[in-house]
Amino acid sequence: MRENQLIDLIERYLAGEMTQQEREDFDVLRQKDASIDAKMAEHKDFTSLIKQYNERAKLETRLNAIHEEIDVHTLKEDLMAHPSWIVQMWRHHHSKISVAASVAILAILLTLFATGDLSNKDPRYLQLKREVDQIKGRTKQLDDKTDKIIEDGKKPGPTINAKFKGTGFALTGNGYIVTNFHVVNDADSVYVQNAEGTSFHTKVVYTDPAYDVAILQINDPAFKNIGPVPYSFKKSKSDLGELVYTLGFPGDDVRYGPGALTGASGYRGDTTQYEVYIPVNPGNSGGPLLDDKGNVIGVINGKQTQTAGAAFAVKSKYLLKAIQNIPTDSLTKSLNLNTKSTMANLSRTKQIEKLRNYVFMVKVYNQ
Amino acid sequence: MNNQLNVEIPSDSEVIIGILNNSDSVLKKLYLAYFPMVLQLIVNNNGDEDEAKDIYQEAIIVLYNKIKRGDFELSSKLKTYIYSVCRRLWLKRLKQMNRFAGSDIKDFEEFLPVEEEVDKHEERDLQLSKMGEALKLLGEPCKTIMEDFYMHNRSMQDICERFGYTNADNAKTQKYKCLQRLKKLFFQQ
Repeated sequence: MRENQLIDLIERYLAGEMTQQEREDFDVLRQKDASIDAKMAEHKDFTSLIKQYNERAKLETRLNAIHEEIDVHTLKEDLMAHPSWIVQMWRHHHSKISVAASVAILAILLTLFATGDLSNKDPRYLQLKREVDQIKGRTKQLDDKTDKIIEDGKKPGPTINAKFKGTGFALTGNGYIVTNFHVVNDADSVYVQNAEGTSFHTKVVYTDPAYDVAILQINDPAFKNIGPVPYSFKKSKSDLGELVYTLGFPGDDVRYGPGALTGASGYRGDTTQYEVYIPVNPGNSGGPLLDDKGNVIGVINGKQTQTAGAAFAVKSKYLLKAIQNIPTDSLTKSLNLNTKSTMANLSRTKQIEKLRNYVFMVKVYNQ
Repeated sequence: MNNQLNVEIPSDSEVIIGILNNSDSVLKKLYLAYFPMVLQLIVNNNGDEDEAKDIYQEAIIVLYNKIKRGDFELSSKLKTYIYSVCRRLWLKRLKQMNRFAGSDIKDFEEFLPVEEEVDKHEERDLQLSKMGEALKLLGEPCKTIMEDFYMHNRSMQDICERFGYTNADNAKTQKYKCLQRLKKLFFQQ
């Protein structure tokens, strides 16, 4: 029997549309074949599900129609569990309360911050710390001094750190050295240290504050004549644009500083100075300013802090003037300046090689 | 709009007789009578009014089918029964949505154990929604034939005429094919 015929029979049987004879025949069939019963039950379930689906849909439509008539919103308001007045107040005003609380907390924090109560640090603790730091610093200084003393014990020269440093250069081979007046001003003792690191005691023989020039003489028994200086001292003016350079001691060893002559007058129109475009630092003061030919054309004496790179040098003319003004009785040795540069035809590196033996670090001590 | 708080509460026997007689007015009275109670339960337990509507209508359907089957016992009050079913449904829903924070639900009424009935209802509900999906996918003319024959109990002769089949056997064959397709769609889900 085909499936569709069976379904037809089942439907007719269930609907009671069969004749007496058909019904009896079908019952016989059911008894013979249990699968027909199962088929019938399954069909009954499935078709009743279709029917129920329809009924459910209809019922839902009815319920929705009824629901439409309810004012759910008002009802909801009435049915919310009524909280205490404080909860209601919070619900209605929580934004305002929050703002007020924030402002209050902020105000308290600001007050605490302003009065310093907020900071974890006890002022006494801070003070104590500073003292510890000071003690640390002092111990460090003591250590440094001790080390220095031990170190300096092996070398001739002073046993304490210089308070101030500058540069100087030899005028003659017999120990006359020129530096800036501001380097040695108020000094108790002045030492010069050569490129090898050997220090010699010097005496200030002459100062000219107007030109910022000081003449020193090495009076240390350890000092030996270093031979004639390789440079000459230019009497005439140098021209703008001339390539110039300096050697000096901004640090612990000698430094070369190249540059150019950029102005015929110095700081605020000072005609005793040149303006040079040259990298200088504290410590370069008193260093020689030389031109390409190896002539000393000035003495470095300062820089303008507002203009990067602009430095000043006392013109050699005024250095010579100052030397002429030295009273003859303050000179124990002859001070005869070299008039002929022996470096004129040398390359810059060769010039520097020669020159570095005549440039000194000036160390100034005052108690 | 009705004044919800002063709504008329129908007696339990009135409701049972009304539903058995398919009375619209009784269904409406029943619905209006207990919705506030369920709304109160839901909105005070992390729900909103739309969820209250869903839950309440499901409970009414459970009650409706129970009465139609004739096995509603008058030993429990309708109100308690509805509340219990809603409570059970809502607890399940909350757990499904992971919204169930506390150890228990905030109650407003006494309630009965209705777990088994609710589970049965939900199983049936699932079948019905599968049927809905299958019917949606069925397409015409099958859908109408199925509706006419199995829902509206129309005769094959009617259907034959409506769809212009030349004889009843053709219509029967078509109906059989449609039923097979519907079954396939239903069991595929």
